Amino acid sequence: MTVKFTINGVKVEAESGDSVIDTARRYGFDIPSLCHHQAVTPYGACRVCLVEITKGGRKKITTCCNYEVLDGIDVVTDSEAIHKHRAMVLELILAEAPDAEPVKKLAAKYGVNVSRFERPKAGAAQERHDCIMCGLCVRVCTEIVEVNALAFNGRGYNRGVGGPYLEAPQSCIACGACAWVCPTDCIGFVEEDGMRKVLKWDRELPMEKDEDGRPFAPKFQLHYFKEKFGLPADIYKKAPGTR
Amino acid sequence: MDLTKVDAIIENYDGDATSLLAIMQDVQDQENYLPREAVNHISTKLDVPVSRIYSMATFFESFHLEPRGKHICTVCMGTACHVRGAQRLVEHLERELKVKSGGTTEDLQFTLEEVNCVGACALGPLVIIDGEYHGNVTSTRLTKAVKNLKTREGGE
Ligand code: SF4
Ligand code: SF4
Ligand code: FES
Ligand code: FES
Repeated sequence: MTVKFTINGVKVEAESGDSVIDTARRYGFDIPSLCHHQAVTPYGACRVCLVEITKGGRKKITTCCNYEVLDGIDVVTDSEAIHKHRAMVLELILAEAPDAEPVKKLAAKYGVNVSRFERPKAGAAQERHDCIMCGLCVRVCTEIVEVNALAFNGRGYNRGVGGPYLEAPQSCIACGACAWVCPTDCIGFVEEDGMRKVLKWDRELPMEKDEDGRPFAPKFQLHYFKEKFGLPADIYKKAPGTR
Repeated sequence: MDLTKVDAIIENYDGDATSLLAIMQDVQDQENYLPREAVNHISTKLDVPVSRIYSMATFFESFHLEPRGKHICTVCMGTACHVRGAQRLVEHLERELKVKSGGTTEDLQFTLEEVNCVGACALGPLVIIDGEYHGNVTSTRLTKAVKNLKTREGGE
């Protein structure tokens, strides 16, 4: 069903079930986000996507990645108040991920260059690095890759993302999807010596070579795709692009 | 652990994955902790990823992933019990059982734990031994209780 509403005074249309953030972006409005990706379920963890939404005469500031479009709402994507709130949220996030370039860049856009807050101590069990607990890696691995290698473990100051038993997750196919979506670039994904490594999870897998001896993807990943999509046994004789 | 026991527990819940939490609790009741092989087994049987079970097991305080003793001594350290000398009781039990609070004896007989208020403050200081609540406890009574358990184990 088509839903009609306004963003910054501009009349827009979307399908019911769409999120405000995706619709706004489709119309070219700029809303920052760290924990959002179109392809996975919204999670509302980072609070950076705050906007102002007026519904039935009531105005409130709310996250819009997990706000479904509604007929007749008015969305404002930027204002002094929104700016102030986003700056505050970013200052908190910067304290968690002071070395993460993408976070630093976004925070700087809101005038935040240093955080007044202390960096949270890593829990006893796991290293946090620059993880901001946005859960994108978990959602991508669960919903898209569907191997469920990752989850949130522990709680409180001990909370972190990773494989079960804080070990290298055995179901990880080293596809790199989590590293690709991570908003703080804190997972780390490299290919070297015929191995593919997902650093944060400690997962290393040997790569399959194509006919010309060029490594192009982890064996385990290819095997998984073959099983999942019922591909012929010799499908990977040639690497993608050379096929 | 004997995995047929896990099978029986899963069977009790008709193999229903939405009963995962209850299944984990029942397994823990049997073993006093959640053995890794049981977690793997539950994962396969219910088709729930190990990552999710581990995530749940580390979220709830009440799950234990390391072996615990056959006998669990839990000292209440809530405010009411604390002001009535719970700290001394913990130290007493540490000496008596030769294990640090939070730990398990090498022979896997005893685990010493602390909890923050179990809602029976009027009875404080309170120690729970194998699920049995002992109110207004003294070191002497604890020594006796522990000795009883030890001789019972020795006699078995
Ligand atoms: S690299 Fe591993 S953990 Fe990351 S998304 Fe792929 S399978 Fe999941
Ligand atoms: S590792 Fe990256 S993607 Fe995963 S929760 Fe942390 S910040 Fe988010
Ligand atoms: S993008 Fe909306 S809360 Fe993170
Ligand atoms: S403080 Fe011990 S039962 Fe409440």
